[in-house]
Amino acid sequence: MDHFPTNWGRPRNDAYDAYGTYPIAVRPNNALKDAFSAGVQRTQAPIVTGTSVLALKYKDGIMMAADNLASYGSLARFKDVKRLQTVGEHTVIGAGGDMSDFQYIQTVLDELMIDEFAEQDGHTLGPAEIHEYLSQVMYARRSKLDPLWNALLVGGYKDGQRFLAFVDLLGTTYSASTLATGYGAHIAQPLLRTAVEGNEDVLTEDEALKIIEQCMRVLFYRDARSLDKYQVAKITAEGATISDTRRLDTTWSFAEGIRGYGAQTE
Amino acid sequence: MPNMISLAQPQQRQFNPYTENGGTILAIAGADFSVIAGDTRQSEGYSIQTRYAPKVFRLTDKAVLAVNGFAADGNMFVKKVRQRLEWYRHAHAKDMPLRAIARLIQTMLYARRFFPFYVYNILGGIEEDGTGAVYSFDPVGSYEREACRAAGAAQSLVQPFLDNQIYFKNQTPAPGTSHPVHLPLSTVLALVIDSFTSATERHIEVGDGLEMYVVLSKGSTAFQSLGAIHGIQELTATEDGERVFVIRRELKKD
Amino acid sequence: MFRNTYDSDNTVFSPQGRLHQVEYALEAVKQGSAAVGLRSKTHSVLLALKRSTGELASYQQKMFRIDDHVGIAIAGLTSDARVLSNFMRQQAMSSKLMFNRPIPVNRLVSAIADKAQVNTQEYGRRPYGVGFLVIGQDQTGPHLYEFAPSGNSFEYYAMSIGARSQSAKTYLEKHYESFEDASLEELITHGLHALRETLQQDKELNVNNTSIGIVGPASVHEKAVPPAGPFRILEGDKVEPFLKTMVPKDTGAAVVVPAPAPGDGDVQMAE
Repeated sequence: MDHFPTNWGRPRNDAYDAYGTYPIAVRPNNALKDAFSAGVQRTQAPIVTGTSVLALKYKDGIMMAADNLASYGSLARFKDVKRLQTVGEHTVIGAGGDMSDFQYIQTVLDELMIDEFAEQDGHTLGPAEIHEYLSQVMYARRSKLDPLWNALLVGGYKDGQRFLAFVDLLGTTYSASTLATGYGAHIAQPLLRTAVEGNEDVLTEDEALKIIEQCMRVLFYRDARSLDKYQVAKITAEGATISDTRRLDTTWSFAEGIRGYGAQTE
Repeated sequence: MPNMISLAQPQQRQFNPYTENGGTILAIAGADFSVIAGDTRQSEGYSIQTRYAPKVFRLTDKAVLAVNGFAADGNMFVKKVRQRLEWYRHAHAKDMPLRAIARLIQTMLYARRFFPFYVYNILGGIEEDGTGAVYSFDPVGSYEREACRAAGAAQSLVQPFLDNQIYFKNQTPAPGTSHPVHLPLSTVLALVIDSFTSATERHIEVGDGLEMYVVLSKGSTAFQSLGAIHGIQELTATEDGERVFVIRRELKKD
Repeated sequence: MFRNTYDSDNTVFSPQGRLHQVEYALEAVKQGSAAVGLRSKTHSVLLALKRSTGELASYQQKMFRIDDHVGIAIAGLTSDARVLSNFMRQQAMSSKLMFNRPIPVNRLVSAIADKAQVNTQEYGRRPYGVGFLVIGQDQTGPHLYEFAPSGNSFEYYAMSIGARSQSAKTYLEKHYESFEDASLEELITHGLHALRETLQQDKELNVNNTSIGIVGPASVHEKAVPPAGPFRILEGDKVEPFLKTMVPKDTGAAVVVPAPAPGDGDVQMAE
């Protein structure tokens, strides 16, 4: 820190859009720079991206939500994409960021869980173990300067314990009673914290669902890369389930009154 | 449409493998004890990621390590140090001495000189001679033993305060008296708490919670003043050797 | 010593379908001093007899700590044991690194068993000359395994390996049904009684030649054990209170015959 107040506490990447949503993502430059760089292709920027994932702790476990959109820059390219995925019986992961990298992560985790299942010795990987493993994978890839361009939430319930944690393309990890990735970290996280912090052991499933739904709605109103189609995952003592696609109830009649949007000509 | 062309231009962008996760750490050595502290906020830019992410870790019964900077590097570094200490235990059936841990950390940091762990380390604990010690490091391994050190986001707020209160910089002793060489534990804890409440007040990346680890030398008398502290928790299983305690306090969350 | 044509190369079967090199390796285990392992609902323990090469030499290490939750006792070639225990430590550490999970004990044992099996099949190798008793605790409770150079591993309620271990086994077979609900102190007393059976006539268990390895909550005789009950090795003075719980052998009734020892019936429980 220096003595210029304007330099204090500024976000380092203020002007930089982590998911390359604007302008439309530019494909990596494939032209040879020199003989040594030939043949090596790393993810330099995300291409097809998912936006926020939200999650919270409630009385019976963890609830997580993500919409069904995968954008190609500003183009709403794929509108039925699943960004939540169960891993084993006790865990759900949700992904923002590059969807191809996420699908790769899914195959890696599938293999891992099959190997674990094949041991048939009564030991299973719970959410904490899966999160640790994911962190190691993400951190190892960032250390090769070849990151998996995602922000992931891992939620789970095992042995009477709730688990909720985050990991991203840098290998940064943390845990809290409410988590949100991408745009949701700015818009939904304050709403989630107000509703959940201190009430983790009191909130019922219905209340949790209401909070999630409200946050998804606010995000749909405010995040240009979001969709009103989304899924909700629930992880409790009974196991992990991901809902069918749901649709948000939204109101747009007020738009008529907005100057430049409605029927006004001037 | 004036900007269409410039938007279509390929952008030159490079993946940045680092970030900065805020927070502050601090350690002070006493005659026969050492205090190592850190706040528990983890942030990126203006966003608080979590209000509880520990930055201070007990390595052995006589060594505590505080890490600050890029959290992913920090956690990985602590993990690697712990592995090395485990192999030392396997080989020698005892814990590595503090000064050896300090040298180990310098070697491990310098090994990554050209792709550094972006982490400021402060190691505190008890030396083999029973004295309290603090070692501070830069990200590539330069290190020295000191009586006190602050690092991280609010280093520039806290260190001058410590210079004044621990090293008595810019203070003149009353005629016929001299400054004490070592402060008692109760004074040190008060200074640590004041440092963090002040840093919380003036630095947005500091706050939420405070964790203070106290390492006592074998048979230290500093223990007497510890009994009165509320919420103190002992981490060691025996009173025969060095002892480690942790004291937690809330900090402002705004 | 007995020899035959089919024993110089471990990849060759004898006409009887046996791998002689592997069987000789199992003999190497029997050359080592004995180790005994027992398991209850709450604890697993190891007891081992240390040997020294003479008055001037120290006693050979019989137990190794693998991780906080796993430890082993060995019988056979100590140098081979060091190679294998190092491998086990690496496996344990990599589980901590990758999953932040203490490695399940059965997987650790399977890992070395698989390693040992390779040596019974590939050309130009030799089997390990050491056997292990492995104790540990994980999510499925406390465990006791035996590992042999043949590549076999089995889980047991109680087991013994090494020289004259058959005598100990006989004792264990007689008493194992009471182990499940036994306290840690009772378990160790049983272990010491079993280990005593492997001694030569004029020898006794003492603080110098006995090692005790424990996983599980602390005994009344132990100090400063963390609540999780990590693996620890007791030696020297710390063994003393346990040795005192042993019931002296009724030498009058004991018949001096090599194993299986019919004198077992004389041994009483500590209670």
